[in-house]
Amino acid sequence: MLVAVTLFGVALLLATACFAALAGARPWASAAVYGICALMSAIGLVCAGFGIGAPPSVISLPLGLPTIGMHFRIDALAAVFLAVVDLGGLVASLFAIGYGRRERDPQKVLPFYPAFLAGMNLVVIADDAFAFLLSWEFMSLMSWALVVSHGRIHENLRAGLVYILMASLGTLLLLPAFALLAGSAGQFAFSAMRAHGPNSTVALAVLSLALIGAGSKAGIFPLHAWLPLAHPAAPSHVSALMSGIMTKVAVYVFIRIAFDLVGPVDWRFGMAVIAVGGITALLGVLYALMQHDLKRLLAYHTVENIGIIFVGLGLALVFRADGMLAAAALAASAALFHVFNHSLFKSLLFFAAGAVQNATNTRDMDKLGGLIRVMPKTAIAFLIGAAAISALPPLNGFASEWMVFQAIFLSSNLPQWGLRLLTPSCGAVLALSAALAAACFVKAFGATFLGRPRSDEAKTAKETDKTSILAMYILVAICVFAGIAPFVFIALLAPAVNLLTAGAMQVHPLIPWQPLVPVAGSHNSYSGLVILVCLIAAIAATALFVHLFANRITRRSDIWDCGHPEDNPLTQYTAASLAQPIRRVFASVLFHARETVDMPAPGDTRAAHFCVTMRDPAWDKFYVPPAKLVGYLADRINPLQYLTIRRYLGIVFLTLVLLLMVLAIWE
Amino acid sequence: MLVMQIAQTVLAVAVAPLLTGMVRKVKARLQYRTGPSVFQPYRDLSRLFTKETVVAHNASWLFCAAPTFVFAATWVAAAQVPTISFDVALSPAAELIALFGILTSARFALALAGLDIGTSFGGIGSSREVMIASIAEPAILMLIFVLALVAGSTRLTDIAFFVASPSVGLRISLLLAFVGLAMIAIAESGRIPVDNPATHLELTMVHEAMVLEYSGRHLALIELAAALKLLFYVSLISAVFVPWGIAPSGGTFVQYIIAMTLYLFKLAVAAATLAFFEISIAKMRVFRVPHFIGAALMLVLLAALLRLVSQSF
Repeated sequence: MLVAVTLFGVALLLATACFAALAGARPWASAAVYGICALMSAIGLVCAGFGIGAPPSVISLPLGLPTIGMHFRIDALAAVFLAVVDLGGLVASLFAIGYGRRERDPQKVLPFYPAFLAGMNLVVIADDAFAFLLSWEFMSLMSWALVVSHGRIHENLRAGLVYILMASLGTLLLLPAFALLAGSAGQFAFSAMRAHGPNSTVALAVLSLALIGAGSKAGIFPLHAWLPLAHPAAPSHVSALMSGIMTKVAVYVFIRIAFDLVGPVDWRFGMAVIAVGGITALLGVLYALMQHDLKRLLAYHTVENIGIIFVGLGLALVFRADGMLAAAALAASAALFHVFNHSLFKSLLFFAAGAVQNATNTRDMDKLGGLIRVMPKTAIAFLIGAAAISALPPLNGFASEWMVFQAIFLSSNLPQWGLRLLTPSCGAVLALSAALAAACFVKAFGATFLGRPRSDEAKTAKETDKTSILAMYILVAICVFAGIAPFVFIALLAPAVNLLTAGAMQVHPLIPWQPLVPVAGSHNSYSGLVILVCLIAAIAATALFVHLFANRITRRSDIWDCGHPEDNPLTQYTAASLAQPIRRVFASVLFHARETVDMPAPGDTRAAHFCVTMRDPAWDKFYVPPAKLVGYLADRINPLQYLTIRRYLGIVFLTLVLLLMVLAIWE
Repeated sequence: MLVMQIAQTVLAVAVAPLLTGMVRKVKARLQYRTGPSVFQPYRDLSRLFTKETVVAHNASWLFCAAPTFVFAATWVAAAQVPTISFDVALSPAAELIALFGILTSARFALALAGLDIGTSFGGIGSSREVMIASIAEPAILMLIFVLALVAGSTRLTDIAFFVASPSVGLRISLLLAFVGLAMIAIAESGRIPVDNPATHLELTMVHEAMVLEYSGRHLALIELAAALKLLFYVSLISAVFVPWGIAPSGGTFVQYIIAMTLYLFKLAVAAATLAFFEISIAKMRVFRVPHFIGAALMLVLLAALLRLVSQSF
């Protein structure tokens, strides 16, 4: 029943896409399409809500391959991700009702947006390899079309090229993963794969393929290279969906294969996932710190959060392999909760960045500044999103990272000494990336919203429209609520966690004062609500004291700045200069950051120049060599195009002889 | 239960300026100066509270709200450290990671406030503050990990109670963690050699540059927050490593008197040690700070390693 309603919603989304293709250029089309998308997402969200506690709901449609058909199923895990997808879709569509009005080429965005939403829904509910791969490719293609929708800008076309290559690579790896799972009998249904688990060698191959294939879409290092190019290129509500939601769909695929389809997993693979997650988190945030394009910074931050999620998943695999089910449930809850949280605040931040881009026509933080005064509502939304993503209590980002840290602390009970050493180091790396994330958002918020405006556009910007603000504040409200009442969401995640780890965290969803406890009997507890109440009480006490005893006169005056205020706003600290100390400490080794200063001699009136150069190790090590190899081989093969017919026949003859010889030796 | 929580909360604000005053006094005596009285910080605060507040024309609400938030958050963190009684009603709400998280929130707000006016001094302070904080964070997490390994809990009252129990004895891992925490405390509370709270016009300053635009009651709240942060670290060290004398829950009046006296004595010893350390070392270049905090990280990593190898360390 549930899955039928969800599929009906998907069908309506696809119909909306067709309708938008026909009527996309009409002035009313934008609001109509986004309105229908919001409605369909709301229906999907309700279905997901019912699906969380319910037994699996299954349907098979006589579509696709003749004898097999297509199977769809909503179980607890699918329901959780369906909720993430549809909540994201709902707020993104709401945001787009206002935001999309200023779209210059709506007919290039409108048809693909509902189709993209439909694709993500389908991936999550697919229950056989055929339906899954078809939906996966559909999702990739639709998002690609949205990335190149502003194709007049050369940069976006390059982003589209890199994205389609990486998406193809991901599918290319998932294809053999499912082929191996299907076994020699060729059983494509997930239920059949579950029934006969592969042997350990095949399982390892499947897991590695899934990690790389799904990881390339999620953005684990070094497969993340497409993500900071493609996510900012799309319109902002699509950026929010790609960065906040589509990466989570990829995480879902990894979870579905690693926790569900392959059966028991060796702890060594879990260890590899933890290591990959740690590296991804640290490098993602360091990349983000080096950016001055607001949306690209946010896209790199997705890489960091994906790293945190993978650390949680790796820990859950390890604990499950060692039979520590309570710890496994904690780690899996942490990962899933972070999936949910990140989808919230990343969408929120992209919405705010989109509002800024619309108001100022730029994403370059070195041209912004002072927006808190002209766009106060957007500024508050961005500030809360920034605090949540920087893992500051009492918001939701802290709650899920806290759970990851508590899971890391439990690793000292693991039997393998390698893990006992690796996991705490990974914890230190995560702590470093959390602190760097805070630094990064001090920079992003400070350069964009604080200080004095660095351009006329920033000075004259106007607050964004009401529906966009509504969409942002819905997310703000959920972020705060999930921060002070995480147990509600952990209780909702419990059926899915139970599916993954055969255990669940002990929480009661309806006691507001209960602290979060990692495993039963532990004293390591945290309560966001109590902290919030304490903060409010302390603020109230301070305000009362100031009101009663302090001098309350406030005089506005000029800037002090030690007596040397500088009028030119360009002399302020920029995004690049804010990150300079961290760049010197970390990036001089990792990114080969080099500063060159060209200072004219005294008396010379020409301008001084300062230049920072950085190299991207991922591009240099993992992308440029294969690209060079392909180019070299293409050059070698190129002459074959200009041969005479005689030579072609000769080549055909030689190939035939060679093949026959091979066959003869084989026999 | 709640009474002792309120008492310790008020005590934290009450003695925080005294600790700063004691550090300054000892420092002055060591430099052969008479120095102001130990109560001078109280006079400074009351002077700032009664002066008018000057705010730049372009300051936003964030600039005006930040001092209150920074003070409140630091206060909430400082109130959760057991100082005279193990009766900390709020301790289930925030174990150590959350406690440091609250301080991070305060720092986040202050770093943003430093950028609000758009001056170079504010920018330089904020960018250095977040750099130092981000290097200190891994060391703090490893420290909590070591304490969790030793005491089996990350709740501060549990750790203090465990160390106070006679069965613990001398542990190498605890000793290393102590040195590590002391170094982190120096870096985080902005003391020499990482930052110099006494300077105002040096390019090497961090915290003072960030708050340069503040005056009047705003500045008073920020100064009080800085004093509270120093008190937080001193109380944390004394609660974790020298928890003796802290009254058990439901203690008698005499026990509280002893605990109070011992706590003030501990503060005086800490102030003297800090002052002696500060006059015997020069301020570091800002890019040497990572080496300093890196050493703290290595010490706590070593402590964790030793503890993982054998339970007896």
